[in-house]
Amino acid sequence: MSELRKKGYVRPLDIRHGRVDMAHGAGGRAMAQLIDELFARHLGNEWLARGDDGAVLPPPGAGRLVMATDSHVVSPLFFPGGDIGCLAVHGTINDVAVMGARPLWLSAAFILEEGFPLADLARIVTSMAAAAQAAGVPIVTGDTKVVECGKGDGVFITTTGVGVVSEGCELSGCRARPGDAILVSGTLGDHGMAIMAGRESLGFAAPIVSDTAALHGLVATLLDSAVDLRVLRDPTRGGMATTLNEIAAQSGVGMLLQETALPVSPAVAAACEFLGIDPLYVANEGKLVAICAQEDAQALLATMRRHPLGAQAAIIGAVHEDPHHFVQMTTVFGGRRVVDWLSGDQLPRIC
Amino acid sequence: MKYIDEFRDGTVARKLAAAISGEADPGRRYRFMEFCGGHTHAISRYGIADLLPENVQMIHGPGCPVCVLPIGRIDQAIRLALDHGVILCTYGDCLRVPASDGRSLLKAKAQGGDIRMIYSCADAVALAERHPERQVVFFAIGFETTTPPTAVAIKQAAARGLSNFSVLCCHVLTPPAIASIMEGIDAQLQLDGFVGPAHVSTVIGSRPYEPFAAHYRKPVVIAGFEPLDVLQAIRMLVRQVNDGRAEVENEFVRAVDRDGNRKAQALVAEVFELREEFEWRGLGVLPNSALRIRGEFARFDAERRFIVAYRAVADHKGCDCGEILRGIKRPPECKLFGTVCTPENPVGSCMVSSEGACAAHYTYGRYRDV
Repeated sequence: MSELRKKGYVRPLDIRHGRVDMAHGAGGRAMAQLIDELFARHLGNEWLARGDDGAVLPPPGAGRLVMATDSHVVSPLFFPGGDIGCLAVHGTINDVAVMGARPLWLSAAFILEEGFPLADLARIVTSMAAAAQAAGVPIVTGDTKVVECGKGDGVFITTTGVGVVSEGCELSGCRARPGDAILVSGTLGDHGMAIMAGRESLGFAAPIVSDTAALHGLVATLLDSAVDLRVLRDPTRGGMATTLNEIAAQSGVGMLLQETALPVSPAVAAACEFLGIDPLYVANEGKLVAICAQEDAQALLATMRRHPLGAQAAIIGAVHEDPHHFVQMTTVFGGRRVVDWLSGDQLPRIC
Repeated sequence: MKYIDEFRDGTVARKLAAAISGEADPGRRYRFMEFCGGHTHAISRYGIADLLPENVQMIHGPGCPVCVLPIGRIDQAIRLALDHGVILCTYGDCLRVPASDGRSLLKAKAQGGDIRMIYSCADAVALAERHPERQVVFFAIGFETTTPPTAVAIKQAAARGLSNFSVLCCHVLTPPAIASIMEGIDAQLQLDGFVGPAHVSTVIGSRPYEPFAAHYRKPVVIAGFEPLDVLQAIRMLVRQVNDGRAEVENEFVRAVDRDGNRKAQALVAEVFELREEFEWRGLGVLPNSALRIRGEFARFDAERRFIVAYRAVADHKGCDCGEILRGIKRPPECKLFGTVCTPENPVGSCMVSSEGACAAHYTYGRYRDV
């Protein structure tokens, strides 16, 4: 009898050569194995380790809860400066952070396409784990589904974040007032152009790298600076132009930007010129717009610039009264023009 | 950016604008048409109108390739995608141009048509090579600038023996469009001169404009698409008007000469021939104003490979794109502008491309209307 007894051994997932198949989403042993050997192993924390249907979390203490969710469908999945994994972590952390909140926990839901290489999935999950670890925001619960080959595009990831914002912190797109200053934390358009260059294999001599980053550290620094911040927002899809139009509409004001003040890296400026794209409409994944009273603007700018993610911050314009809620810009040329909402889709599947 | 920023210098712009104000005779009016959508876009984007004296007016011309496409041509492309099941490749601007029955290529794509936005016609050839089991059609639009690349694509397809690649050829020609404006409506427009095309002229050169200048006694200044190019060209036009000259002058000397790009011209002549007539949106049916694929390359002509006869369709009744393309109306004078017709829901083609007069005015200049 004794020679028939096997060791407690199950053949592990073949991460190097294996592919996602329908069983990995079927709820059976294959799915359990995928979760154990890939997700729980890399993302490991006390909540995931329990293997329950949900995470039981401690009350966050004083303050109010903030919750945000974001789906990620970026193509290509891997791009210069990041991948869909770290992007899914940063994107949701940033949505929580720009509400003035300290992000505490994340959830992650994966929609995998049958046939997707496990090696790529492992690379993505490792990247998510590293981003969550660096940000100090654990992924405490998740879900995996598999769709048939041809019904997805590799992997889609939805993350939800919960954070806590202290009493008295009232950041909102409704709070911009005439006279306020508009600041941006760094160069515009890096993420979108990195994706574009990667997707079209444009091979620019100066590589453009996505700015994907978690902004909650920068936000905490700004909140600590005692400046009365009115609005924070991360200008992702649709770029700076879209974000400012949203804020102008919410607050019922107009804005005037100075084109000469807009920070754009030379490589992004050149790529945009080449492709006929306006950097004001190109997505960012590690930048924020801040609006504060004019008299606080220099102090806020100095605070931003002291933080590594705000080194190239700039004051780019001012808020004024305008019943039409136009965002306008004084051009480098000295003329004036509207900076309109993005119309159509200049670059689909950017995040 | 070197070689770009120099042409957008605000200080030089103010000096040039001051020079124009100084040279323009306050006792008369100067009405210049910029033919090209590229100039329309630059004028709106950089706020050039703000820098000009009141008596120097710019009138938008018909040189936006997407805008002059009539509804029937978009219908043909949609029929190819939906009825013939081809992979239809097109430049991004074409996707939202309104077609018959409230359709557009974008809506046809949502209906299941395999319609793909490409950045170069070479992408369409590559797609045909990757999908030998599918028919791939490139929806070729544009003036003389985009015609040589289409010729190259057809020659590549021929060299590679591709039997599943064809072109829906809607390439149009600049000189007949200018002639149509001069013949048809100049009495109404009272133009004093033209800002001539930039990129088109790199291909065809400045010589083709010489008959217009001589015959119609209108100055033409070929200008680059950067804002300082446009201002300098306006100054040159003001001088010609003041001197009573009507010549073809070239501001865009860094890229255009009198003869143009002979190699590109030879390629185009090898692959294309004149169509006897072609319908333009706004300008109507113009003789010898467009190109079709020559008999030697007939197998790459989608209009011969598939049954998709062209059917003319009238524009939307309330839409003034026709008048706007001819310079008779300004965009805000159309009753649909900014209300029924917006970049999100365009009724007419001028609201689609960023080079279209309506889209440029809506996107960059509509603060002036309120």
